[in-house]
Parts: sequence; C-alpha cells; structure tokens
Amino acid sequence: MSSADTKNIKQIIAARAEKEVMPGQVINVGIGIPTLILKYLDPAKQVFVHSENGIVGMGSHCGRSDADRNLIDAGGGYVGMEVGGSFCDSVLSFTLVRGGRLDLAFLGALEVSRTGDLANWIIPGKYSPGIGGGMELAQKARRLVITTSHTNRKGEPKILDKCTLPLTAKGCINRIITELAVIDIEEGTLVLKELAEGVSIDDVVSKTAAPLIVNKSEIGRF
Amino acid sequence: MDKQITVAEAVALVKDHYHVMIGGFGVPGTPMILVDALLKQNTRHLTLIKNEANIAGIGVSKLVENGQVDSLVTSHLGLNSVVLGMMNRKEINVEFNPQGILAERIRCGGAGLLGFITDIGIDTILRENKQVIKIGERTGILETSLRADVALIHAAIGDRFGNLVYEKSARNFNPAMATAARIVIAEVEKLVEPGELQPDSIHTPGAFVDHMVVIDELTAEYGILEDYVIG
Repeated sequence: MSSADTKNIKQIIAARAEKEVMPGQVINVGIGIPTLILKYLDPAKQVFVHSENGIVGMGSHCGRSDADRNLIDAGGGYVGMEVGGSFCDSVLSFTLVRGGRLDLAFLGALEVSRTGDLANWIIPGKYSPGIGGGMELAQKARRLVITTSHTNRKGEPKILDKCTLPLTAKGCINRIITELAVIDIEEGTLVLKELAEGVSIDDVVSKTAAPLIVNKSEIGRF
Repeated sequence: MDKQITVAEAVALVKDHYHVMIGGFGVPGTPMILVDALLKQNTRHLTLIKNEANIAGIGVSKLVENGQVDSLVTSHLGLNSVVLGMMNRKEINVEFNPQGILAERIRCGGAGLLGFITDIGIDTILRENKQVIKIGERTGILETSLRADVALIHAAIGDRFGNLVYEKSARNFNPAMATAARIVIAEVEKLVEPGELQPDSIHTPGAFVDHMVVIDELTAEYGILEDYVIG
C-alpha cells in the first residue's frame, strides 16, 4: 500500500467517524486517526473537545503563526481553543473521564475482539511506549468508537474472535469504523452496519477474523 | 516573606537518591531552567516522577540520557525513542501508570492519603502484583499514593509569597505536584508583588510553595517545537 493510500484511508475513516458526534457532547479524540476527526467536525454541533493534558473545549491543530508554546494537545501538536473552552489540571481532567462526563471517545487499535475488548498499548517485547490516558478513556467513556485500518501492516485482520495482545480494557467497544465498514458490537457479537463505497460484504468478511452478523437489507453506505 | 532564591540555591536542595516530581506535559509546564541546573549539578541516582520524559535532547530526557536517573515513574514515553531504548536495554527502571491514575496517586500523596481503590486496569496485566480489594460487589485495585522529596514545578506568574498562576495547558501536573513533596520549588516566568494577583485567580496558594526561582530569560527549550506544528 502506498503512503498516499494510507493517507486516504485515514481521511475516509475520520470523515465517517465525525458523524458519530452528537450536538453538545463532550468528546475525546486519541492520537492518530482520531485526531483527524477534528478537521471534519461540524462547528454547529458545539461540542466540548477534551484533551488529557487539561483542556475542555480544544480546537484543531493550528499553523506556525498561531502556535502558542503553552497550548498543545495530548500528542504534542499545537492547537487552538474554541469559544467557551477552559483549562484544568491533570487531576480534574481525569476526574472528567473516570467520573463519566465523557460522552464519546475515539481511539485507535492494534486488535479488537468480537466481544468489544480493546488492545492498543503494548506488543510485549516489541512495542511498549506506556499507557497514557488510553486505558481510562477506553474503560470510562460512555461510548467508545474505534477508528482503525481494517487490517494491520502485514494485511492481517485486526478484528478477531479474541485479542492475542494484552488488553487495554475489556468489553469496552461500542462501534468499530474502518476504511471498509462500520461494525457494531451488540451483546458480544459483531454486526455489520455500513459498507464503504465500492466495498462488498465479502471484502469485509474475508478481512475479519470473527463471525459477523449481516442483515443485507439493513446495511448502509458511507 | 520572600520565597525567592537563586537557581543554584534551589537545585542544591536536591540530593543524590532523591525522589523528584517534575511538572509538565510535553514542553508546557516543564521547569526547563531547574532541570538544566540539575543536569549541571550532576545529581545522581534520582527517581523521577513525571508524566513523560519530554522528547530526546530536551528537558528531563537530558537527565535520563546523562545517567542521573535510576527510575522513572511515568505514564507514556511514546515520543521519546531514546529513553524507550534505555528502558528496553534495562539501563533505567520504568514504571508505567495510566495517566489519570498517576495524577490521582500524586493528588492522594498531597492530600495525606495512603492510596485509593480503582477499577482502572482491573481486566488487564496492570492488576498483576497489585493488591485487589472487594468493596461490596465491586472489585478494585489498590493504588498507593505518591510523594517526593522535592517537587520542581513551573508557573507563568508568581508573587513573593509563592502564590502561583499557570498558563493554558502548562498547568497539567503542576498543581498536584505542588502539594505532594517535602520541598516544593516553583520557577516562574514573571514575579509580581503580593496583592497584584487577585485572590480568586490564584491556582496554587503560596502556602504550598517553599521556594521560588524567577526566570531571567526563557531558553530555546521553552519555544515552539517545529516538528509538532502540524496544522
């Protein structure tokens, strides 16, 4: 896959993910594809974007002329503020998360399971950068949407019957959005909800390593 | 009352083998001047408590790279491949915490509490080697509180009584760390006289702050990191 394709996949996922955001919500976007969602976010929805480093009402990434040395997102990128935004310390920032005030979180994934388990923080012996805020976001957001490529760099499915990697949180995922499909987790089962333009049911089934419920008449397009 | 001391006097309070909390999340709120002075002083066998290790060549990463740090209690090192490499080669001990759990452990230390019980990580490997406690029908992990010998923090404005005001996302871990160490040292970008800060606008009351260092001039490390301008 070329880097242009990868970029395009990310944009497709981010644009679809934006539709998940309801007016007036408090949301958090993790590092990677989730961050791109802010570019598509409809300002009329008037949401509070929360950032782990103590921002409620964060804007999107800004250019050099607007960059403020004291204003970054949790991934280190320089950001702006939305009208009505505020700052808090790290304790209050995670009080918001663990206390259940976060309506919706978007996170990336290394693996997800049929029952909504998420693995995204460690590949033992290979990749262990730490936990960050991901575990608390995954476990405590009222709704968790995973935005990820459907397969990994080797072309292997990321959606599995059971995660092989250490978990971030168990049974935490509500919906998975990939460049191919929108899949919900309903009572421990994967249900195909939407297909991307030009993608067939067989494409999705062949790249998903877990049983997928398909009700042909109820599948939308994005 | 005047809590202002020199940078050299401040870091002289930090001794070998100390546990040191350092404020900041990325560049914002990291006390770069105090960190640089600690580097120059070459204080060793430190245990650092900090959200991350900045990025390679900047801030606390320099202390780690210089071999001054035995252990790092942190949340995430994803932006620092040099420190991650040292961790993988076992040149430094790293204890990873969920970010808000790290903040809460510090808050508890500051509030005189021994620890708290949380369900964060209950279904993960974080549960291993920790005490699991049942409260009614719910199961949680005992997280112990954190305190340090010294906290080095950064604020935008301070007055001579030690009252502090932080700016934007540079607040992060600084207010909690200001409560959780035996000696609390704040570096401030601007010094004002007591009374100039409105009581309602003060983020950390001066009662928590032992000493204050006034930054003459911000070093380049406080500036914009060009690689992170991505808008």
